[in-house]
Amino acid sequence: MSISVVNLTKRFGRFVALNNVSLVCPTGQLVALLGPSGSGKTTLLRIIAGLEVPDSGAVYYHDDEITQRSARDRNVGFVFQHYALFRHMTVYDNVAFGLRVRKVPERQIRERVMELLRLVRLEEKAYHYPSELSGGQKQRIALIRALAPDPKVLLLDEPFGALDAKVRAELRQWLRRFHDEFHVTSIFVTHDQEEAFEVADRVVVMNHGQIEQEGTPLEVFEHPATAFVMDFLGNVNKLPVRVEGGRALLGETGTVEVPAKVFGTAENGRIDAYIRPHELDIARTPDSSNCLTGKIVHLNPAGSVVKVRVLAEDFGLMLNVDLTPERYRTLGLKPGETVFVTPKAAKVFEPDYSI
Amino acid sequence: MGRISPKVLPGYGLSLGFTLVYVSVLVLLPLGACVATAVGMDWAEFVAAVWTPRARAAYALSFGASLIAASISTIIGLLIAWVLVRYQFPGRRLLDSLVDLPFALPTAVAGLVFSHLYSAEGWLGQFLVPLGIEAAYSRLAIVIVLVFIGFPFVVRTVQPVIQSLDAEEEEAAALLGATRWQTFRYVLLPALVPSLITGFALAVARGLGEYGSIVFVSGNMPYKTEIAPFLIVSRLEEGGGRVVEATAIATVLLAASLSLLVVINRLEAWSRKG
Repeated sequence: MSISVVNLTKRFGRFVALNNVSLVCPTGQLVALLGPSGSGKTTLLRIIAGLEVPDSGAVYYHDDEITQRSARDRNVGFVFQHYALFRHMTVYDNVAFGLRVRKVPERQIRERVMELLRLVRLEEKAYHYPSELSGGQKQRIALIRALAPDPKVLLLDEPFGALDAKVRAELRQWLRRFHDEFHVTSIFVTHDQEEAFEVADRVVVMNHGQIEQEGTPLEVFEHPATAFVMDFLGNVNKLPVRVEGGRALLGETGTVEVPAKVFGTAENGRIDAYIRPHELDIARTPDSSNCLTGKIVHLNPAGSVVKVRVLAEDFGLMLNVDLTPERYRTLGLKPGETVFVTPKAAKVFEPDYSI
Repeated sequence: MGRISPKVLPGYGLSLGFTLVYVSVLVLLPLGACVATAVGMDWAEFVAAVWTPRARAAYALSFGASLIAASISTIIGLLIAWVLVRYQFPGRRLLDSLVDLPFALPTAVAGLVFSHLYSAEGWLGQFLVPLGIEAAYSRLAIVIVLVFIGFPFVVRTVQPVIQSLDAEEEEAAALLGATRWQTFRYVLLPALVPSLITGFALAVARGLGEYGSIVFVSGNMPYKTEIAPFLIVSRLEEGGGRVVEATAIATVLLAASLSLLVVINRLEAWSRKG
């Protein structure tokens, strides 16, 4: 079942949590609402669930307008960040709850609950209380509890936010597999771009109660629509440039050209150019004239990329550069050395260009 | 270098010793004296003193009225605690402080006020008495006064628990399709039951010990509206050998109250486990 929202606005006192937001989540897709805290992503999710009522706008499940329908009549599965398991009920009773309130016969309940518990490999915990489970186990129980009554929609509010890094990564992949198996239209809220990209079919980036961009993870990452999206999605170097003859130049007397296309900014106008760490290269000799001289202040070779921090004193800039381990070994870099940094690609976000 | 103590706070011996002395002097000694006096009687005398029809009627009234009043207090107390925690309304803080009033009010004042309100000429009594509802100088009067005195105990024990309830559990229940009643019955109530039982126990205990207000509202008619503590007092006033009878009745009352509280405490411990 597809979910769509049309022109949703929600205020809490003076704070505008959602400002005229419209969005369509196609049937069977896993959509991530990504944004910093206060961007309105959780409010949007809670409105879709029926836990909040919008000030204006409408929510549709398939073609039915359900804006005024109560949460209990919407048949949605909802997973909370802090699990919200019923403390005084066993794991079994927690999972069975959604079926019991629907007066499903106890035998069918038993089958369904045990089947779900097997699926998450927690059968032996059936008669334990939530307080006896680890965070990861609690969240798996919360998820099957939400799925037990066979909802048409699954909503997850920062489902892995309270878990440690390793469990997060595991549960992420597991959620993806789960989704592929159940094909429930799912929306999950996260502030972790890595999580959103790894799990979701579509990513919706939100900021200040509005949608900045939506698309597949690849579209959003490769072609960020706004400076905010560029900045929010992972590390980025922000360089102030000056426009001269359609070229973006760095520094006051600058000779270093940033390879970005500039159309709309007036001659001698100032604008920010964004360069991702892997779009900068380091060399030991000034191969071209188009490079910045800098000193290595920090090296972090732990990980799949080597993170280098270079201080370019001439420009007063601290640059983050990602190198492949091979490149790092070839160069044999050490902290304190002077190197030359070349921008390979860059992006600028100009004010709306009109003729 | 001193010894390393595994406890963060020192003074275990001192504080335990002080507690034991305190409990002994203030609680055990007077109770022991009461029992000792009664033990001076032989068994037949004891039974004759404590098991008269009048005494039995008084026990039944004392325990019956306390239990009924505590049950009503539990429901009213839960309701008031819920309203105080969950709703914002003008005068909420005032209402919150008013709940404590029965704690501080001399119970004789409460007794006087209630007996006047509900007597045949009283503000409420003038309407109720023609309807056959005698809420002064009757058993009903005792229950009403005990509810007034008992419900603050329930409010004050349940209130912090309602405050600590996780609103997300209620949302989760609603999202899983539970009606409001089902959410209350299966999600909220089990979390509240231990504190409700504690409040109930305190209200029962308070009801059993109450004397001042009941003397004013009940009329103290033997077999009808005479509570056990009043029987003790009237025996004492008669003097002579009757004083021993009074302590014998007190001993029975003591034993019964203690067993009742033990039962309620067990019930509470059991409900906390679930």
